[in-house]
Amino acid sequence: MKYIGEFIFLLVIWVLLTWSLEPAQLIVGAVVSIIIIGLVGDVFLMQPQRAFNPRRVFWFIVYIPFLLWYILLANLDVAYRVIHPNLPIRPGIVKIKTTLKTPMAKTFLANSITLTPGTLTVDIIDNVLYVHWIFVKGKDMEDWTKAIIGRFEPILRRIFE
Amino acid sequence: MFWHTLGYIIIVIGVLFDLLGCIGLVRLPDVYNRLQAATKCVTLGTAFLLFGVFLIFGFSSTGIKSLLCAIFVLIASPTGAHALARGSHKGGVKLWDGSVIDLYAEDTLSDKNKGD
Amino acid sequence: MIMWMIYILLFSSFLCLYRIALGPTAPDRAVSIDILGTLIIGFCALAALTFKRDFYLNIAISWALLSYIGSIALAKFLENRSFDE
Repeated sequence: MKYIGEFIFLLVIWVLLTWSLEPAQLIVGAVVSIIIIGLVGDVFLMQPQRAFNPRRVFWFIVYIPFLLWYILLANLDVAYRVIHPNLPIRPGIVKIKTTLKTPMAKTFLANSITLTPGTLTVDIIDNVLYVHWIFVKGKDMEDWTKAIIGRFEPILRRIFE
Repeated sequence: MFWHTLGYIIIVIGVLFDLLGCIGLVRLPDVYNRLQAATKCVTLGTAFLLFGVFLIFGFSSTGIKSLLCAIFVLIASPTGAHALARGSHKGGVKLWDGSVIDLYAEDTLSDKNKGD
Repeated sequence: MIMWMIYILLFSSFLCLYRIALGPTAPDRAVSIDILGTLIIGFCALAALTFKRDFYLNIAISWALLSYIGSIALAKFLENRSFDE
């Protein structure tokens, strides 16, 4: 089941890249996909029965525009700090706690943190994330956690857990 | 025609973000701040550029390739940034003097002392 | 108009080269090289737009993959390297 999902995924990417439906192209694509799955197929953590759950797909579709909006805000924020003559930065590395469990969810959380305003994940140790923040606000871990991941965590929990 | 104009507008925005990211790379004081500015602005700028090319060419071979490339850049670039930040911190690069707090150094150093 | 965008990207690449030449530490240079790779993907997209050929985007995709692997490898190298040698 897992291998069939991977095969379909790779074949779709092959068809998109070559952009033709000739039989010769499809056969070469299938052979290449099988070779790739044979070499590295065990690495991916794909679970098709969970990926096609409609509730998860729905929340994933909600999550993408939400994330894109915050990416745009992040860029305007960084652009403001770069153009401003006095460089209004107050950087530091803070740590925050997450309640997400699965590795996939943590990876998405870390990438979301990096793409949103002023924050960059440095390391993950168990459920503590170390985050470099360009303008540190607040005093302790609760403040930081709420300010940085308060808006992503509920949606990510609905998608991945 | 509408998609053409929109595509060109998005390409111009993307190029301007690229320029701002590189100005940040020159102006900001230490590795981590540079990584912030550069990763965010240049990633989004290049993704916008590729998305504008997709809007201009539509659903053809060129358009689909640029869309796939944009998605890959958006996924891969933050991961590379984590790796570079972690690597430079473990390699011993200090934060800028104006930084207010560095909990990562405190925690990893105390771990090392425990190990000894 | 595309010419002006290429000039702006060239100027950004020179800013990156400035940081590569003068960057005080090795990670600065690694970051600049990563960013330069991303800018080259942008150049490829503009070239595809100018000449209306799609093979420039093949170059862009393979460059994106290789620069990603390259920055991961550089980060791994920086992790185990001592700076007081």
